[in-house]
Amino acid sequence: MSENKLNSKVPEGPLSDKWTNHKNHIRLVNPANKRQLEIIVVGTGLAGASAAASLAEMGYKVKTFCFQDSPRRAHSIAAQGGINAAKNYQNDGDSTYRLFYDTIKGGDYRSREANTYRLAEVSANIIDQCVAQGVPFAREYGGLLDNRSFGGVQVSRTFYAKGQTGQQLLLGAYSALNRQISKGNVTSYTRHEMLDLVLIEGKARGIIARNLITGEIERHAAHAVVLCTGGYGNVFFLSTNAMGSNVTAAWKAHKKGAFMANPCYTQIHPTCIPVSGHYQSKLTLMSESLRNDGRIWVPKKKEDVEAIRNGSKKPKDIPAEDRDYYLERRYPAFGNLVPRDVASRAAKERCDAGFGVNKTGEAVFLDFASSFERYGEIEAHVQGKHNATKEEIIALGKKVVEKKYGNLFQMYEKITAENPYETPMKIYPAVHYTMGGLWVDYNLMSTVPGLYVCGEANFSDHGANRLGASALMQGLADGYFVLPYTIGDYLADDIRTGKISTDLPEFKEAEEKVKETISKLFSIKGSESVDSFHKRLGKIMWDKCGMARNAQGLQEAIGEIRTLREEFWKNVRITGEPNELNNELEKAMRVADFLELGELMCVDALNRNESCGGHFREEYQTQDGEAKRDDGNFAHVAAWEFVGDPGKALLHKEELKFENIKLVQRSYK
Amino acid sequence: MKLTLKIWRQKNKNAHGEMKTYQVDHISDDMSFLEMIDVLNEELVEKNDDPVAFDHDCREGICGMCSMVINGQPHGPGKGITTCQLHMREFNDGDTIYIEPFRADAFPIIKDLVVDRSAFDRIQQAGGFISVNTSGNTIDANAIPVPKENADTAFDSATCIGCGACVAACKNSSAILFVSAKVSQFALLPQGELERKERALKMVEQMDKEGFGSCTNIGDCAAECPKEISLENIARLNREYISATIKSK
Ligand SMILES: Cc1cc2nc3c(=O)[nH]c(=O)nc-3n(C[C@H](O)[C@H](O)[C@H](O)COP(=O)(O)OP(=O)(O)OC[C@H]3O[C@@H](n4cnc5c(N)ncnc54)[C@H](O)[C@@H]3O)c2cc1C
Ligand code: SF4
Ligand code: FES
Repeated sequence: MSENKLNSKVPEGPLSDKWTNHKNHIRLVNPANKRQLEIIVVGTGLAGASAAASLAEMGYKVKTFCFQDSPRRAHSIAAQGGINAAKNYQNDGDSTYRLFYDTIKGGDYRSREANTYRLAEVSANIIDQCVAQGVPFAREYGGLLDNRSFGGVQVSRTFYAKGQTGQQLLLGAYSALNRQISKGNVTSYTRHEMLDLVLIEGKARGIIARNLITGEIERHAAHAVVLCTGGYGNVFFLSTNAMGSNVTAAWKAHKKGAFMANPCYTQIHPTCIPVSGHYQSKLTLMSESLRNDGRIWVPKKKEDVEAIRNGSKKPKDIPAEDRDYYLERRYPAFGNLVPRDVASRAAKERCDAGFGVNKTGEAVFLDFASSFERYGEIEAHVQGKHNATKEEIIALGKKVVEKKYGNLFQMYEKITAENPYETPMKIYPAVHYTMGGLWVDYNLMSTVPGLYVCGEANFSDHGANRLGASALMQGLADGYFVLPYTIGDYLADDIRTGKISTDLPEFKEAEEKVKETISKLFSIKGSESVDSFHKRLGKIMWDKCGMARNAQGLQEAIGEIRTLREEFWKNVRITGEPNELNNELEKAMRVADFLELGELMCVDALNRNESCGGHFREEYQTQDGEAKRDDGNFAHVAAWEFVGDPGKALLHKEELKFENIKLVQRSYK
Repeated sequence: MKLTLKIWRQKNKNAHGEMKTYQVDHISDDMSFLEMIDVLNEELVEKNDDPVAFDHDCREGICGMCSMVINGQPHGPGKGITTCQLHMREFNDGDTIYIEPFRADAFPIIKDLVVDRSAFDRIQQAGGFISVNTSGNTIDANAIPVPKENADTAFDSATCIGCGACVAACKNSSAILFVSAKVSQFALLPQGELERKERALKMVEQMDKEGFGSCTNIGDCAAECPKEISLENIARLNREYISATIKSK
């Protein structure tokens, strides 16, 4: 560890006044000066689109970048469940404090109090903003907004638009962005990929980007750069993230001086459709809400497992006494509704012990049979059918379940060709979200002056585990309400700087380095495809830095990743040419960065000698296999500084002070 | 299963394109259509050939990136699905499958199956928004109740993923279904009320400028739309447009 370079810049004063006071004292830039200031926003997901639209509206000149063919297609579009906000419309006792408290606790006490409180504070405004933009949230018959409950909290604070909340919120932000594009305040660069950050006198002053259609390497200058480039779950190859989601922008910034915080914190979601074969390209999430009515089990006997795998027995043929409802067995109080991390680990434990129920041995059943019966009986009673047969009851129950989850059941059937009304679903955990990311202070600025980071790409508000429906909230909070204020404080110093020239030697140098890397990749002319390397990296990460980790495995992983990286640079094959649309080259540039990030994730996981949230170190568990935190030694953010070799990064610690919340151990027994 | 693929290959926008034939083997029922193309591409890379370029990202039917015409149908066989949601169990051993890009003058081909749909962005920029600032200084979200029916219908219109299958399906390459979905969403909500006329005029004007054809009421767009956007949206757009032109004259 070296001397402390981290200053979180959390304002003084009581928690609930910090943000207001800070806003009141922050420096402003007058409108005439704003027009002279340029800002680059990389990423057009919820964080990027909202930030770019807001900054442009305030008067700054903005350029946006995304690798898809339209800003609207950013990965945020795929979010299903909903967005949290402390509106207390249901009058069920919700408040800013409660949302703050739930988020800190859900994050297993590893997030910064002041940031999390601010997130809760601005959350209500997000909903007002989105409704004004025409986001069609679900409504009740009275015409007011509807809410649902999510992820174990005791209030109903989740706003939603059927199973497409992310899409509707993103289209709202995209429309705000379009309005600014039409006014000439934003220039949008689509099918462009940022490949390096340019620093001038230590400040972020631009980027190098590749035009993905022509292959041209371009220089773009600005007074500040904002990264909203999303999470890095695809380091595992298989995840619920979109295929193109990557770490490149964040990683390049890391190599230019931005610290990477808590990279090992990964969220693994328990209910996803299992891998069906080696050709698998991505995994599909099945909403967490299904665990309200589904019971999770595997057979108790190995011979039944065999029979199910070879098809000689159907799940229905296994009698109740031969089933292991392992969550209900291990966690009688919470049963099937334990938090995501706990449910995921328990599924892995059973499958590792040989009880997985599909060909690959990595699946458990999510069974709705009991719900069909339970709902059916209630329904029969309501309808006055007192002599209903068992078949009639089940048929009635299926109707009730269809009303609640019909679209999910349909989606499951489309992918697997199995009818979940007739046979239990098969599910398995999958990588879903990364809590780690670039370290930022209270103003969302990284350790590189002038480089800001918003949304999933930063490490900020979710600690070691994110609560459902909170990522959308964070992305929009950062972009609409936080960054537009805080960036002014920095830019106030730049009103006399004048236009940043792309002819400066730093731009030239960065451009040449990118070009060198590209020609190096083409010159290898090896024999193994990019995907093949990516899959091999994913397997190492999943096996040794996934749901459960231990020191030995992590040490092995570090060695294996280093070897794999060397191999990649000797033997990767890239077809085609650099100056054209070239998917293989795009993937290679991303995988090259994942191969470095993966090592740092393992180093971070090895260094954190405790279990917390999504980070489970097998050595640190209670007698009955639960995660054991070590608040005395690890109540800090681990922020890593790049010093030439990805695995040899320098550790800086930001101590987390809990002044408003008492730390306690989580228990779900 | 074993399949013969006939795929449109075109090096770039200006190059001459043609259908090329490929064989793939060991394709399993559970594979998605795009995973089948992944398998082909992996083989092409092995042979040092250029893999087939295609657009995709979410692979779960929501981003609108994937865009192939399969055996003459945008997004292939099956109702209400995108290319990435199509699975190989829909095909049989020995089948020949024709794979082409979404074709329209307003969607120039960039490479192979990748087309340029930026015209859609420009139509949205012309008026596909409500002019409110993002400052958050707006009224409480519940200040204006919206009848559930309107909210639900607006939502149905808003589910358009901007994929362009409607254009590819239409003999005239009309973008009317796409435009009408956005116009409808805002026309159905009180927040969109103020600008509804102007919005319809501007978006239609931009659509024409981009070189999309005009609508002759065939309905292939709605039949192939993966989100099942209904023809009612077009009727609503026509009403909006007519009343707007009368007003503006
Ligand atoms: C299946 C699924 C369901 C989810 N459901 C929910 C939910 O219900 N509620 C919830 O709160 N959260 C949910 N999440 C999490 C949430 O969707 C994401 O965390 C959030 O949307 C991330 O937004 P973002 O703006 O930070 O980044 P993204 O939306 O990932 O956007 C990243 C942007 O960066 C661009 N980009 C990346 N790299 C580069 C580069 N090098 N050059 C140029 N551009 C680049 C991309 O083009 C894109 O525009 C879900 C996630 C998944 C995977
Ligand atoms: S209307 Fe349907 S087919 Fe057309 S762009 Fe929208 S989703 Fe695609
Ligand atoms: S890849 Fe996103 S809709 Fe098909």
